[in-house]
Amino acid sequence: MVQTQHGIGGLSYDPAKRSRPPELNVFLALVLITVAFELIGRLFLGDSFLFNTRDNVDAIFNWQRLNIIILQVSIIGIIALGVTQVIISGGIDLSSGSIVGATAMVAMSFAQTAMVNGNPNPKAIFGDWAMDLPVLVPVLVGLGCGLAAGMVNGALVAFTRIPPFIATLGMMVFARGFSRWWSNGNPVSFPTEGYAAIGKGMMPVLIFVLLAVLFHLILTQTKYGKHCYAVGSNEQASRMSGIKVANHKVLVYTIAGMLAALAAIVLSSKNLTAQAGMGVMYELDAIAMAVIGGVSLQGGRGSILGTVLGALIFGVIISGFTFLQLDAYYQEMVKGVIIVGAVVLDQWRQGRSRG
Amino acid sequence: MTDTILETRGLTKHYGGVHALSDASFTLRRGEHVAIMGDNGAGKSTFVRQITGVERPTRGQIIFDGVEHTFESPIEAREAGIETVFQNLALADDLDVPSNLFLGREKFRFRLGPFSILDKKAMREASLQALVKTGVKIPNLMNTIRNMSGGQRQCVAIARTAAFKSKLVIMDEPTAALGVQETAQVENIIRTLKEAGEPLILISHNMRQVFDLVDRVVVFRRGRIVANLRKQETSGEDVVSYITGAKTGSEFEGAA
Ligand SMILES: Nc1ncnc2c1ncn2[C@@H]1O[C@H](COP(=O)(O)OP(=O)(O)O)[C@@H](O)[C@H]1O
Ligand SMILES: [Mg+2]
Repeated sequence: MVQTQHGIGGLSYDPAKRSRPPELNVFLALVLITVAFELIGRLFLGDSFLFNTRDNVDAIFNWQRLNIIILQVSIIGIIALGVTQVIISGGIDLSSGSIVGATAMVAMSFAQTAMVNGNPNPKAIFGDWAMDLPVLVPVLVGLGCGLAAGMVNGALVAFTRIPPFIATLGMMVFARGFSRWWSNGNPVSFPTEGYAAIGKGMMPVLIFVLLAVLFHLILTQTKYGKHCYAVGSNEQASRMSGIKVANHKVLVYTIAGMLAALAAIVLSSKNLTAQAGMGVMYELDAIAMAVIGGVSLQGGRGSILGTVLGALIFGVIISGFTFLQLDAYYQEMVKGVIIVGAVVLDQWRQGRSRG
Repeated sequence: MTDTILETRGLTKHYGGVHALSDASFTLRRGEHVAIMGDNGAGKSTFVRQITGVERPTRGQIIFDGVEHTFESPIEAREAGIETVFQNLALADDLDVPSNLFLGREKFRFRLGPFSILDKKAMREASLQALVKTGVKIPNLMNTIRNMSGGQRQCVAIARTAAFKSKLVIMDEPTAALGVQETAQVENIIRTLKEAGEPLILISHNMRQVFDLVDRVVVFRRGRIVANLRKQETSGEDVVSYITGAKTGSEFEGAA
């Protein structure tokens, strides 16, 4: 343990005295919510939320449910990783859901297989030249879409006086229009086996976890990460300290765009099809995951770990409602309550720490 | 090596129609401590922003350490050796002390463009040294500065100048918002700078402090330098009369 003490000021670096990490509270909330569903299930349904109750399965936990919880949040979770960086830097990104739609359409068009059951692919977008391409092609094309959209977002925010909310709202509407235009509203289907493997089984979870670890390290250990917090905390001070704020913003939105594109690739691969309506409202779910996880909409505060915990809370609540056999529209309504609740909580936290 | 560390010639800044700074010619010798005084809106902070690269002057020259400079950014001025404590502090509330001290000029373990790996240990140790050097009291330097008192935050801002080798330190109203004890602490830091022979420009409204600490007083009024007074040859009343305009700069001739 590093402990340094000085006579003059009594200043010290004592790791034990660091203030409690806010992620701890989010983790406690996750535990609390899970326990609540467990109790409600036992009391009212006579069933367990977490634990295995079937005799023919030899397991302590209900792995099927746990897998679904993490699987259903992992794709939006990938988007939330980018959204987290944008919000910490003091911005907002409303375009990620639409970028998912547009990227899915474009990437899938380059991932199609020529023959389906001995017949030419009925959903073919391009001619033979775009059929049965190596998986790297659709992946790079897709990432390119996210890069372009993200760079436009970043440039608009950094070099014009358009607020991030409006700039990314414009991109949201544009990208959704683009995905409808791409194939006149028709779905794009029948990918190659290579492309279909990207989102198979628990692959989305694996990709989400790896990206979460990578961006956790980037945010905590690199100059880029430090500048996210600095710019979001005090943009003027960052500029006066020599941080190239505009460049930083372009980079943040570009990374967020590419993560949304990656989510689109995983999602279209998992579904084996791309539709113009893919990813609708994902931007709000992603923002909600971040905010539930302690990312402050005022900028400067939050973490990847928090967002991952926020995503899990999100997944537990959705699964919990399915478990309690409540209808889908209740889920929507509850989602709305969670989003507003998380923002109110954030404001309350801000107010308390200012006071 | 010249005896003059900083000289400005005809430094002028207009904000649209506002003539915030007109024709300021100013010199500072090595090791000298100079106070800039003047009413609110006299152009003191504007002057500081021109010589620290925060803004580009409308016209005029800045000669620092014998070389004429046009600083394009605050980082260029800092690289040249000008360390500044700005009036609005320029600190990021959500960062801890070392991150604030090294904001915009982090130390790295491994360079990789924007994704360069931070050398947190080196920054922490250098922060400790800077704080010890300035005698600053901070309960725990790994906490964010959000919950620190005004004095502690000011000390962090000042320690930032001490963490780097500088040729000139500028402080814009460093004690304006501080209590008695905290003010005394900042004044002690200024005395250590004097002993170390580091030149200083101090902007202050506090007459006692100015006469305690500096060698010379320069008075700004309505964007112009109206007086340049050696401490031994002037008095508080004299300075006040220049600040208020009761006395005009007829006796004022050139720089020191
Ligand atoms: N960015 C700006 N735009 C327009 N006017 C400004 C700006 N900054 C300062 N001023 C004006 O310039 C004058 C000098 O201001 P300032 O240098 O802050 O004074 P001081 O620091 O001496 O109190 C004031 O009239 C102020 O309103
Ligand atoms: Mg001022």
